[in-house]
Amino acid sequence: MDRDPPTGAQGPPERRDGQGRRLSASGSLALTPPLLSVEGLVREFAVRADGWGGGRSARALRAVDDVTFQVGPGETLGLVGESGCGKTTVGRLILRLLPVTAGRIVFDGRDVTHVPERRLRDFRRSVQVVFQDPYSSLNPRLTVRDIVGEPLRNFGATRRAATARVGELLDTVGLAPAYMSRYPHAFSGGQRQRIGIARALALGPRLLVCDEAVSSLDVSVQAQVLNLLADLQRQLGLALLFISHNLAVVRHVSHRVAVMYLGRLVEVAPEAALFEHPRHPYTRALLAAVPEARLDAAPPAVLPGEMPSPLDPPAGCRFQTRCPRAEARCREAEPPLAADRPGHWVRCYFPEPEPLRRTA
Amino acid sequence: MTDLLEVRDLSVSFATSRGQVPVLDGVSLSVREGEVVGLVGESGSGKTVTALSILGLLGEQGRVDAGEIRLDGRDLLPLPEREWLRVRGRHIAMVFQEPMTSLNPLLSVGFQVAEVVEEHLGLGRREALARAVELFRDVGIPDPARRVRDYPHQLSGGMRQRVMIAMAMACRPRVLVGDEPTTALDVTIQAQILALMRDLGRAAGTAVLLISHDFGVVAAMASRVVVMYAGQVVEEAPTRELFLRPGHPYTRLLLAVVPGLREKRERLSAILGSIPAPSALPVGCRFHPRCPDVIPLCREAMPTLDPHGPERRVRCWRAAELAGEVGP
Repeated sequence: MDRDPPTGAQGPPERRDGQGRRLSASGSLALTPPLLSVEGLVREFAVRADGWGGGRSARALRAVDDVTFQVGPGETLGLVGESGCGKTTVGRLILRLLPVTAGRIVFDGRDVTHVPERRLRDFRRSVQVVFQDPYSSLNPRLTVRDIVGEPLRNFGATRRAATARVGELLDTVGLAPAYMSRYPHAFSGGQRQRIGIARALALGPRLLVCDEAVSSLDVSVQAQVLNLLADLQRQLGLALLFISHNLAVVRHVSHRVAVMYLGRLVEVAPEAALFEHPRHPYTRALLAAVPEARLDAAPPAVLPGEMPSPLDPPAGCRFQTRCPRAEARCREAEPPLAADRPGHWVRCYFPEPEPLRRTA
Repeated sequence: MTDLLEVRDLSVSFATSRGQVPVLDGVSLSVREGEVVGLVGESGSGKTVTALSILGLLGEQGRVDAGEIRLDGRDLLPLPEREWLRVRGRHIAMVFQEPMTSLNPLLSVGFQVAEVVEEHLGLGRREALARAVELFRDVGIPDPARRVRDYPHQLSGGMRQRVMIAMAMACRPRVLVGDEPTTALDVTIQAQILALMRDLGRAAGTAVLLISHDFGVVAAMASRVVVMYAGQVVEEAPTRELFLRPGHPYTRLLLAVVPGLREKRERLSAILGSIPAPSALPVGCRFHPRCPDVIPLCREAMPTLDPHGPERRVRCWRAAELAGEVGP
């Protein structure tokens, strides 16, 4: 079985990242217990065959199926995949915005899977979210002071203390504190996303779930927000679960990357290994399909077909209907998510071979 | 080859509560037969208004203040709406970003494609439906005879965009305008649609104006690129030239802010600030408040779009000087 969590927390040889933090051989932060650990996460939705929800004829749509991973303190795990792969549902499960069907969510050593909301206050403080759309995720009738200060007030801060803290938070995200009496409409998309980040930081979280947090921004503004997230991570030691469909952005921000397809993790690896030596055929196809803004780039390669309906997933490997390497075995039984070298997990019977490495 | 589509000095303004606001200022571009030209810019740069102008779809608020839009040498702007109806969809077609909002949810997709063929080519209902099935096959929709009876919600995003392309190509238009046609699609589906557009365009000799914010898409598709900023063209060059030696500081910065798939940089270069609103344009060069190469002249006078070499035009006072500094 493949219940062992794909984590990088194995032993030496020792390496350090750009900020001098110790990394394990696989590139994740070593020798520290994970901040977040999800084990065998499953989420089913009741839908009818015509796509509408509920009712007696409802069937179970498994949007997330046996997803297991860990995020270390101060680490960024990128979660990528195409629409419908289940990545957003994973984020919502971890945030406890949706109940799980099966599996466990352990945060900082505490199993929070079924803890009732009234006993989740510490968790709520520690785990925050930045949403995609800075237009619909800020209440247009509240001032920035109230938007950013609301979580503080909810956790007992006085009005005066909250206002002072809002000023600091705006400063942290690169906005002038003088803006706090304005309403969201007075800000550009990039500024709104900074406001959303300021609100997420208000309670001093340790994990930020970013769901397509820069996807609606123009590229020049996107770069500003990505740099801000990197600065915040360094200053505050934040861990990030960075959910995105944009592979280049994910590569840029992540220490490790997990790829999802049709509810399943298909590959989990350190950023460099995943992008330079992708091993699952889906990861390879996904990377090859990205048009690159370079003159020497190969034209985007076409992967035929579409992702099957999660209501009617194929037998065996979920990717076998589109896989260039599929053989009889792939149609019979699903391969396990297995690591044949530390930290690089692949769910495939015929993964791309490991590149030859020189021994140091 | 001659220019099939030519936009000349197009200026457009929109009526707002605060009066007439200029949105396009002297935009010129051209697309030859069988050519794909990329139109790149961030939101607010005016690329979509340019596309809507080319299709005569500016609506009540929009007003063309000056300029020409020539199809095969004939200026379309003076045409009455009745004449426009014969051009739009027939000779110039458009594929929009969001196929779900561009299709009528209450009509089958086959009917919607057949309607275009009936209207413009004068085919009967039965012939038009048969043609729709052929068109569905051409754009790679599996089981086309059955799919024509589907309604938009029954199709995936990629299939809906194929329907839009089938509709756009139904009358073999001379010009196809794609406004972010793959932006709403997943990357593997995007690759399918881009390949389809390229193959269809090539086969029919269609002139394609491809609007995108994604330099990767443009690099993969276009032979020439037009870069817009705040309602103006700031640079135009063959794609290869543009990537090798961006001539305008904005182009150079825009190319540098996009994170690459092949390398990981510690820090992305960013462009400070954001694009100005059309109602609050700076004096002088519109990019000067964000430009790292700004000189006093830029704050005083608007640079002109000047030729730099045979096929390149750049709107920057320092273009010639900076070109010497930017290596290959």
